[in-house]
Amino acid sequence: MAVGKSIIRKEAWDKVTGRAKYTNDFKEQGMLHAALVTSPYAHARILSVNVDKAIAAPGVRAVVTGEGLPLTGEDMRDRPPIAVDKVRYYGEVVAVVVADTLAQAEQAARLVRVVYEPLPAVGSPREALKEGAPLLHEHLDRYEKNKTTHPEPGTNVAHRTKIRKGNIEQGFAESDVIVETSVSFAPSDHIAMETRCATAEIWPDGTIHISASSQSPFMIKKLLHAYFGEETGKVIVHTPLVGGAYGGKAPVQLELLAYLASKAVDGRKVSVWNSREHDMVTSPVHIGLEATVKIGATRDGIFKAMEILFLFDGGAYSDKAIDVSRAAAVDCTGPYHVENVFCDSLCVYTNRPYATPFRSFGHCEQAFAVERAIDELARTLQLDPWEVRRKNAIRPGHTTPTQVRLNQSNVGDMPACLERLRELMRWDEWQRVELDAYTVRAKGISGGWKTSTIDTDASSGVILTFNSDGSVNVISGVVEIGTGTKTVLAQIVAERLKMDVDRVHVKMDIDTQTTPEHWKTVASRGTFMAGRAALAAADDAIRQLKEIAACVLRASPDDLEVGFGRVFLRDDPAIFLPIKDIAFGYKFPNGNAIGGQVIGRGHYILRHLTPLDPETGAGKPGPEWGVCAEGVEIEFNRRDYTYRIVKAYAVIDAGKVLNPKAALGQVMGAMSMGLSFASREGFLFDKEQRVLNPQLRTYRPIRFGEHPEYIVEFVETPQIDAPYGARGIGEHGLIGMPAALANALSLAVGVPLNELPLVPELIWRKQKGDSYGPV
Amino acid sequence: MEETTKRELVLSINGERRAVVARQAETLLFVLRDGLGLTGAKPGCLNGDCGACTVLVNGTPIKSCMMLAIETVGKEITTIEGLDDAPIQHAFVRHFAFQCGYCTPGFIMNAHALIERHPDADETTIQEWLEANICRCTSYQEIETAVKEALAAKKVETKF
Repeated sequence: MAVGKSIIRKEAWDKVTGRAKYTNDFKEQGMLHAALVTSPYAHARILSVNVDKAIAAPGVRAVVTGEGLPLTGEDMRDRPPIAVDKVRYYGEVVAVVVADTLAQAEQAARLVRVVYEPLPAVGSPREALKEGAPLLHEHLDRYEKNKTTHPEPGTNVAHRTKIRKGNIEQGFAESDVIVETSVSFAPSDHIAMETRCATAEIWPDGTIHISASSQSPFMIKKLLHAYFGEETGKVIVHTPLVGGAYGGKAPVQLELLAYLASKAVDGRKVSVWNSREHDMVTSPVHIGLEATVKIGATRDGIFKAMEILFLFDGGAYSDKAIDVSRAAAVDCTGPYHVENVFCDSLCVYTNRPYATPFRSFGHCEQAFAVERAIDELARTLQLDPWEVRRKNAIRPGHTTPTQVRLNQSNVGDMPACLERLRELMRWDEWQRVELDAYTVRAKGISGGWKTSTIDTDASSGVILTFNSDGSVNVISGVVEIGTGTKTVLAQIVAERLKMDVDRVHVKMDIDTQTTPEHWKTVASRGTFMAGRAALAAADDAIRQLKEIAACVLRASPDDLEVGFGRVFLRDDPAIFLPIKDIAFGYKFPNGNAIGGQVIGRGHYILRHLTPLDPETGAGKPGPEWGVCAEGVEIEFNRRDYTYRIVKAYAVIDAGKVLNPKAALGQVMGAMSMGLSFASREGFLFDKEQRVLNPQLRTYRPIRFGEHPEYIVEFVETPQIDAPYGARGIGEHGLIGMPAALANALSLAVGVPLNELPLVPELIWRKQKGDSYGPV
Repeated sequence: MEETTKRELVLSINGERRAVVARQAETLLFVLRDGLGLTGAKPGCLNGDCGACTVLVNGTPIKSCMMLAIETVGKEITTIEGLDDAPIQHAFVRHFAFQCGYCTPGFIMNAHALIERHPDADETTIQEWLEANICRCTSYQEIETAVKEALAAKKVETKF
């Protein structure tokens, strides 16, 4: 039937004809436009903001500044939506100018006069933690926060997650060798091709209409209530197709500005649309990290202890960075069995753009640190790095760092992934080979795993309605951000209703008033949660169809089957009713009617999840752990330190592949993003922590022709709770790429390469030593 | 501050003559999108870096954020809305050569022009043309497959 086939995505033809519309494509006569005035300093006191000239400029309707606004933030309220008193990062919004046209708003934005008094800027987590470092938030103790957030007032620590499992001293005592590795990388960016956009309009009856390029339309409602006291029932959020998100559109930022701007112009519709520069710097970014990993192991390479310190560069405001730092801690060891684990994961304030989820949510970051350490351990012990990973691979019966016992369903098959990777890469044939005097080829590998760390009460709902031709509409709160999840939902519904997937239609747009909630389209949880809801909705519809048909066919509902557009008798399919004749109730020849419209309803909520214990980290953060084994083959030029990524491999336990081509696309796309991040992406900061490269000309993602050959395979170990056994796969492709690339290059060059991005200059400096000064 | 002057432009777009009033300083991209409702061309950087706004001007792929609308008077503009069932569109669909779809109109316009101009394009030519656009969702491998298939089909077609 439909599951397991490469069904073309439902919106495919809209997307290749220019018909597909994104938030900023909806133009309206009379809509006002906003321009952001942003800070040229990373840390400064705001002495005054003078908007007189801007307000007098042609077409300007309002200028909004920060006084009197509530603080915002999902875990801890530390961020004014518009800076007031102080700016804490380069690019922070200090005023919003609203005008008739975008050009007028932009011209007037230049007339806003802000007087700053620069303050010393904090440039990295380690710097932020130094004695006497400038404090970003002097009143950390006063911020409102949720129960699972643990800031450390008087410091720059926004949150600390502690993982304590087993006995770390004993673990190191039992070790023959202890290896310590430190890694680091600066913040970078998601670079969704569609920059973020939000519009807001407040109607005379008080309803607030928001349109947003967002992964979290339902969260926008909740936050407008939490921050501004608006009734959630009066907030209606629309989200059309989203032009790439990768976690970067999970946080709520421009929506608040659009709401404030609309309020300032009597509720008229205002559009806030990011320029590329603002999208990269003003809106939240991919988190940076400084980490130290200490592994204790036996002579045979069996891990006895892991002590890990993650110092996440959360930037100026904590928002979702706290959650990212927690997610890395939850899975801190990677997909390996370690009895004794000690991990502190800190979300640290710095004067850099604030961080938010980035595809893999702390896991490619975690993997880069730990997998580099594993390679160093293997080198020290003169063992095969693949063999070390195989020996320690996580299996059912083991426990995770947060002490969840694993079983055949809730963890994928790590040994199988490693085994297949070894075969695909021809690992045993060679790992480093010199092709000529200057050219070296090398391979590197990495393991990866991930569970979701979303709210313990996150839920998802699906509604199915029928059309008079018997076809079905699927209405789900999953946002179509490019992952194809809505098409997969159609496949799931088609499979359950045993019908042609072409006759299952999906509603792409989200309207929070009519679409059932899906918590957020994040964490590779769309197919699992919305899929379960879709199955429940299909079962609900089947039950209703059978009830009506039972009456008409004078048979027990138990004797009926639904499929092929009919409800039929199981033992005599020649006796049937077409679904189209009963989907809106059944009308007897004499005009009497029974039944009424069939509306399938389904929902799913994750079960048995718990917050982490603040002292030990014990707790169940997510329903299952997907695993992967990945590798990279590079060709390095020893003369000029350039390299080419020749091949990239991933073997992922997908549980069950629901749409092969779509799944491959997800994995290869994630790999591409991981390789791009690891090989060339990262913000460059000057000493004052100003971002020097907030443009795609100076911050340069992988382009066509720079891509390697991708080799992807799936292992299928079903998660028995999930629709048809499918595990999340949207992020796993990324997890191992930075580590595998760094491992391959470290082997090729012969020095440990523990920083990202791995540009030729960095490799050159690392090999030549520090005599050439800092990068 | 002076308001910039506006004037009426008559543009030839997708085989139609379209009149539009625009600032003289307005780029083709903004006139297409805001003035004419042709939102297929996407703004991605307004700096010529990403290619999401690519359209054809007299058959040549142009980043419409880098060209003034006024410069296109008297020229033939083709946007993604003007492509009629082109082989490259089919190839993109068949090979899953897009995900979020935002960069897709620009990529397709560029690839379409490449196929029309250089049906014999070799690897280097393909790369030179397509590295003008950024796709953040796919791995480019899918796009490569789609473009090569459409090129191969074009070659067969031109031989007859």
